Amino acid sequence: MFNEMQEADGATRHAYARIESWLKEAGPDLLRQRGLDAEAIFRRIGITFAVYGEGGDPDRLIPFDLIPRVFTASEWRTMSRGIEQRARALNAFLYDVYHRGEILKAGLIPEHLVYNNEAFLPDMVGVDPPGKVYSHIVGIDIVRTGPESFLVLEDNCRTPSGVSYMLENREIMMRMFPELFGSRSVDRVDNYPDMLRATLEEVAPPSQSGDPTIVLLTPGSFNSAYYEHSFLADLTGIELVEPQDLFVDEGKCWMRTTRGPKVVDVIYRRIDDDFIDPLAFRPDSMLGVPGLFEVYRAGNVTLCSAPGSGVADDKAIYTFVPAMIRFYLGERPILQNVPTWQCGKPDDLQYVRENIADLVVKEVHGSGGYGMLIGPQSTTAECAEYMARVEANPGNFIAQPTLELSSAPTLEDGSISDRHVDFRPFCLVGKRIRLVPGGLTRVALKKGSLVVNSSQGGGVKDTWILSE
Amino acid sequence: MLSRTAENLYWLGRYTERAESTARLIEMGRRMAMLPSVTDDDEWKSVLTAAGALPAPGTTAELTERDVIRELLLEPAKTSSIRACLMRARENGRAVRTALTQDMWEALNEGWRRLEFMDDYEACRDLSTILDWVKLRTSTLRGASETSMLRNDGFDFFRLGGYVERADMMLRLLDVKYYVLLPETETVGGGRDHHQWTSVLHANSATRAYHHLYLGDYTPWQISDFLILNRDFPRSLSFSYQQICVHLSSLEDRYGETKPCIGTASEMNTRLRDLRMGEIFQMGLHEFIGEALAKTNTLAGEIADAYHF
Repeated sequence: MFNEMQEADGATRHAYARIESWLKEAGPDLLRQRGLDAEAIFRRIGITFAVYGEGGDPDRLIPFDLIPRVFTASEWRTMSRGIEQRARALNAFLYDVYHRGEILKAGLIPEHLVYNNEAFLPDMVGVDPPGKVYSHIVGIDIVRTGPESFLVLEDNCRTPSGVSYMLENREIMMRMFPELFGSRSVDRVDNYPDMLRATLEEVAPPSQSGDPTIVLLTPGSFNSAYYEHSFLADLTGIELVEPQDLFVDEGKCWMRTTRGPKVVDVIYRRIDDDFIDPLAFRPDSMLGVPGLFEVYRAGNVTLCSAPGSGVADDKAIYTFVPAMIRFYLGERPILQNVPTWQCGKPDDLQYVRENIADLVVKEVHGSGGYGMLIGPQSTTAECAEYMARVEANPGNFIAQPTLELSSAPTLEDGSISDRHVDFRPFCLVGKRIRLVPGGLTRVALKKGSLVVNSSQGGGVKDTWILSE
Repeated sequence: MLSRTAENLYWLGRYTERAESTARLIEMGRRMAMLPSVTDDDEWKSVLTAAGALPAPGTTAELTERDVIRELLLEPAKTSSIRACLMRARENGRAVRTALTQDMWEALNEGWRRLEFMDDYEACRDLSTILDWVKLRTSTLRGASETSMLRNDGFDFFRLGGYVERADMMLRLLDVKYYVLLPETETVGGGRDHHQWTSVLHANSATRAYHHLYLGDYTPWQISDFLILNRDFPRSLSFSYQQICVHLSSLEDRYGETKPCIGTASEMNTRLRDLRMGEIFQMGLHEFIGEALAKTNTLAGEIADAYHF
């Protein structure tokens, strides 16, 4: 297993030299105290996270681990090129499947995986979003399994969350350990909100002139990610709106203000496709803005991300992203996929049947770490039970080898132990691509656990990209 | 500004003010109930009435301090209780996080669940500490807004809510207490009345200010004058209306539109400026209070209409 901080012989990796001396100087008591301080700050600021269906404390905190996760400048160089490449390919794919479907005609991706996909929206066919951008904020989940081995676990093209933690984690670290950031050794991430705003401005409808009116559309203050919505709206200086603040009239989208209605040009929506417009998607939905989708199709408002973007981050489509990169960009994929077996294919299904005890099996449409099986950590009975579910609907499942996720030093009650981590950078796509040097490191706080999702006991860390 | 944001800020102001006024009311009730001459539960009843939480008709059981504390401090659902007000203030603030400064949000968020797990035994035992804490929280929020909030329309809506609520609470308190302030009761005299009058001042944390102005001479006439017409006392009806006008005119300037609410508020403000206490007693204190309550209600409705709440 790859250890982020230590070489195989126990020596500290160069990137972690600073962290090592800091940990020695600080000592367990101070670290424990600072851990409590950080929690108090998070609670006071109100950075909380509600977990769907778990009940209990609605204002739960995501645990924050004080020890940063570090990448060198050259590691980041490779990774960032790979991330940007992937974001371009995914957007090219979305444009293609909602237009001529060249990649399907070329036989590189089976048609039914796209056209029968629940996330595919036939109503989007022929719609031309500004700049041909569908997914404006692409979150790419990356795991590390070796010194040079960075693998993409998952793409998130709809409304990836977690960027507020990237920003707040850094703020907290700078506030508590200013000495760590001397001599400008760590690249800054705090310009993300400016980049986000610039990206959203760039994709305003072409018919619009002057400064576009941009809003962030949230389902409301009871949503688990509401903190992030308000935080981003605040830092970008855009209006935070709920569906009931918007309405459609005369082919335009308006918001209700104290001075009467005002036209809205760009909507950074943090609600699912289903809840954008009850007229277009879910007649039973109380949420959404009736008529909004028509305004969008007419090009009078931009939705970020575009409805139907989810077809690109589906786990069944994921396997084909390297093929997309070759097809649309004519480049070699910089970041590799995790080998994946499609249970819908008979040969793959046979392999999964024989090797389930060694595999991770997931639902194609699942997310948040729910409803998956980790073979090596399950009993024979659990494997058999899960396999029965797979056999009943093979097309709905994929399997991957159980990866040896890298581990990073993590505090547990003042002492340091190794825990598995992953990494989610946030790539912005407008007229050009923007990427802050950093991202969100998630850590599985349970010893040995491979599930880093915050809904399942995961925590977060500050992530450093060392300056060149 | 979004209408919903304006509405949330307005109600943030109202609920905060209501929590604070209710804390003062409970303090007054407790003080009155401690008086030797008090034999019935009238005081607690008037406290409940002023807070708009009168017990269901037909309830004949004697009201105790514990009943009132359950109702006005701990009750989670009714907006006449401090717990519900603080919770709703926070909900309103949370819904407009972007319109609040970080300092304001922290003031609102700090310890907001303190009352959630409290039982009435603990509440009675630590009552003065808890009420002090409530006043401290609301003062901190107001202080944070004073020093950190942009003086934009959001600030106007926040303060407007506070002053409308303050005017309303003052009128409701006067409404249940008006009979002790009528000149006739002077003839009844005696220690009880003296305490009745001063209790109204206590409910407004106003005894010292009153002393400074009227030099310790307690007459219902002057107390009424102080609470209704004084232009400088920050909890008087007249002061609240002055401030309502300040914020409504500021909104009028910003938006360049004259709305009916500004007319209603200025009319009331001018009237409070020009009236003398003698005239009020002539037309009847009770009638005056009833009319002012109705006007304040109309005004609240007009504000909501004007800014599309």
